[in-house]
Amino acid sequence: MKITRYITMLTFCFTAFLLNGQMSQKSKNGSFLIKNATLVTVTNGSYVGDLLVKDGIIAEIGKDVSAQADQTIDATGKFVYPGMIDGATHIGLGEIGAVSLTQDYNELGDFIPHMQALTAVNPNSVNIPVNRVAGVTTALTYPSGGLFPGTAALIHLHGYTPEQMYADFRAPIMNFPSSGKRGRWDRRSEDEIKKQEEKALKKLNDIWSKAKQYARIDSLALAGNKKRNDYNPQMDALLPVVRGAQSMIINVNKKADILSAIKWVEEKEIKAIFMGVAEGWRVADEIAKSGIPVIVGPVLDNPRRNSDPYEINYANPGILQKAGVLVCIRTNETENVRNLPYNAGFAATYGMGIEEALKAITINAAKIFGVDQKLGSLEKGKIANLFISTGDPFETKTDITDLFISGWKVPMESRHTLLYDEFLERDPGLDSRK
Amino acid sequence: MKNKYSAIIFFLMLALGLHSQDVLIKNGTLLTITDGVKENTDLLIRNGKIDQIAKGLKASAGIEVIDAQGMFVMPGIIDAHSHLGIDAVNEATDPNTAMVWVGDALNPYDVGIYRALAGGVTISHAMHGSANAVGGQCETIKHRWGVHDPDELRMEGAPRTIKFALGENPMRVHGEGRRITPRTRMGVEQVFRKSFADAQVYMENWNQFNSGKIKSPPQYDLKMETMADILKGEILIHCHSYRADELLMLLNVLSDYGVKNITFQHVNEGFKVAPELAEFGAHASVFSDWWAYKFEVYYSTAYNAAILTKNGVVTSINSDSRELIRHLYHEAAKTQKYGDLSDNEALRLITINPAIQLGIDKRVGSLEKGKEGDVAIFKNHPLSIYAVPQKTIVDGVVRFDIDADPDDIRIDVDPNETIPAYIETQSQNAKGCSDGCMQGVHEILGHKH
Repeated sequence: MKITRYITMLTFCFTAFLLNGQMSQKSKNGSFLIKNATLVTVTNGSYVGDLLVKDGIIAEIGKDVSAQADQTIDATGKFVYPGMIDGATHIGLGEIGAVSLTQDYNELGDFIPHMQALTAVNPNSVNIPVNRVAGVTTALTYPSGGLFPGTAALIHLHGYTPEQMYADFRAPIMNFPSSGKRGRWDRRSEDEIKKQEEKALKKLNDIWSKAKQYARIDSLALAGNKKRNDYNPQMDALLPVVRGAQSMIINVNKKADILSAIKWVEEKEIKAIFMGVAEGWRVADEIAKSGIPVIVGPVLDNPRRNSDPYEINYANPGILQKAGVLVCIRTNETENVRNLPYNAGFAATYGMGIEEALKAITINAAKIFGVDQKLGSLEKGKIANLFISTGDPFETKTDITDLFISGWKVPMESRHTLLYDEFLERDPGLDSRK
Repeated sequence: MKNKYSAIIFFLMLALGLHSQDVLIKNGTLLTITDGVKENTDLLIRNGKIDQIAKGLKASAGIEVIDAQGMFVMPGIIDAHSHLGIDAVNEATDPNTAMVWVGDALNPYDVGIYRALAGGVTISHAMHGSANAVGGQCETIKHRWGVHDPDELRMEGAPRTIKFALGENPMRVHGEGRRITPRTRMGVEQVFRKSFADAQVYMENWNQFNSGKIKSPPQYDLKMETMADILKGEILIHCHSYRADELLMLLNVLSDYGVKNITFQHVNEGFKVAPELAEFGAHASVFSDWWAYKFEVYYSTAYNAAILTKNGVVTSINSDSRELIRHLYHEAAKTQKYGDLSDNEALRLITINPAIQLGIDKRVGSLEKGKEGDVAIFKNHPLSIYAVPQKTIVDGVVRFDIDADPDDIRIDVDPNETIPAYIETQSQNAKGCSDGCMQGVHEILGHKH
């Protein structure tokens, strides 16, 4: 009796484990030769050819590659694209929207640039397989909240530790103090708004002069000329930005704020990337002149003002790109990062064009994050982040059939596909119930 | 931006009501939904109704002709779940608010209506929110952008509908927020059972009074009147729901009270009980891919619409969002990624199927002679990412025209209005509070999500 119960318990535990797992197959490492595909290289045109994935990189690419490989994939009639890169998300940092204890992107405090997104990335988040099977192989994941909510990290959507996922770019986030009303619920008077805006800007500038002072003392101490600073984690996190060694991502959306942010960046002589940039279309030339690249989006979003043209958010990336701004696209999503190709597709349709929209979510994203030597196109020696598709990945009819991240052949399954397999023809169905 | 002059004339005419309800659409590819695809075919709308579908139709004098050569012509898109055009969403003060009606507060100036039109959507179901187990009554509206009289938004003669809600939202608002039942899914069931049982007693009392068996009339109660009308089959139920178990619960309650008309809204776990839904004849109106925004949608899949469709459940794709409603054609197209639905199966999800769910499928939802002249014209196939809506026609009146789209589309401009530009995206805000259905309950929940 006892033994039977024990076995039942064991069976139950094992079943429960399987149900909670998100994959039934493992990723495969090794060498893979993809034959006869249309290779959409992004940086070097498109042509029918072969591609060898080996040792985690694109080992060979060309019209005819003959090499020994563990697996040869006949991709006749199919396409190979570089993995898509989402310019900004909360993936890995949030699991269930309305359950606050599963949300790790919003720490307490207004000035906390030392909070590291990478630390809180959950490699086993159910969101990760669900989204990567759409061909999104890499994403910036960022903290949000106050003035300096923490440091974002670029991650590959594959791996069992944050370190395995890390894609060699991180940057502190700054939410540029916003002018004007914040929403319909904002009941502040014009005077209050102006005062608070000035106060916020002053706070930002105070922090920045302290950060510069901290950096100056640190440099002197390093040269042996001065006592070291007392350790200040916030200031430490800003050191590389103050020294111009690292970019800072500045979240800014309104026209007036974009203009003052450009001025601020120029005054402080730092490297910056703008994020959001919802009203960038109003000041595209000014942004282009500043040379500051942008992470724009989501594209599938409403315009900011009731008076705005209905399609302006779809058109925003194209307007910026045509003005000469280096543009990448973000979904700003946690669980639906998989809609990145559709955000790019709408941008393509409303002015950006297919080629530029594809660049925005591949090579241009890689450039903005300073990793274009390793990511963003099909080139020999680059990290093997790529997918095989039946067609244009912007179209919903297109299927992604194979996926490689960091050279691993990743199974095309997730909770969503597993539930489909289980429930399309449910067993027991109706009859057994009666 | 485009032609300013024509935009001004177009809007003046709409605003002044100077429009004919006759239009001839020439040489389009007609996606009829119920009668296949017809290439190079004309569609004539007269007096607001589809009068003829044939090749080589001649326009009589004075009829506006639209050249749709190379374009796709489909029935106006229908959204079975929206909150556009209403000023109030939730009367979150009681687990049963069947007496209230969102149609009391229609707003023809809601810019969202124009933006929905610009996405080919001609009809939406303006719903009460999901704070209460039995919510308020809803209103099916036609997107007659340009009218000033709120009554002109109504789709005259459309069946009455009411919002029900299961699961977390009524549990949070009443159980957690107000410390009254329901705090659990057990409690939610009993709200329905008590409401229906009370309504039966109410009906009996009135029957007895009407037949002279009792002398004094029972007290008139609008909430009970509404519940009684549901029992009589005069009101269609649209129920906010997610989990498979709660769907089965409501089916059992409805069976016990002989209620047949039910469309489950959101219904992320509908796919788990698709055979049961099909057997009951329950309908499903779902998101294309929303999930994980709250716990009760964590174990769900974007393949939901495909599984439901293939199991014989009448399914639609809805927006519940001012953003998604602008591209429902794209949302429907996602069912080709998640489950390989055919073009017509995918298009049914945003046309005839939501029409069935709203009880208006005899009037709209397909291109058929005699149906109302609600038409959307697209450059490129509407299921392609490269689709661009060109013209949207409601009752034979062009209400959106990409060639006459003004820079500022507001009808009612207040010169003193300070125009906010929001920091966070609206879609993010909506999701932060779980879904669009929870507007107006922050006071009760103390701003905690």
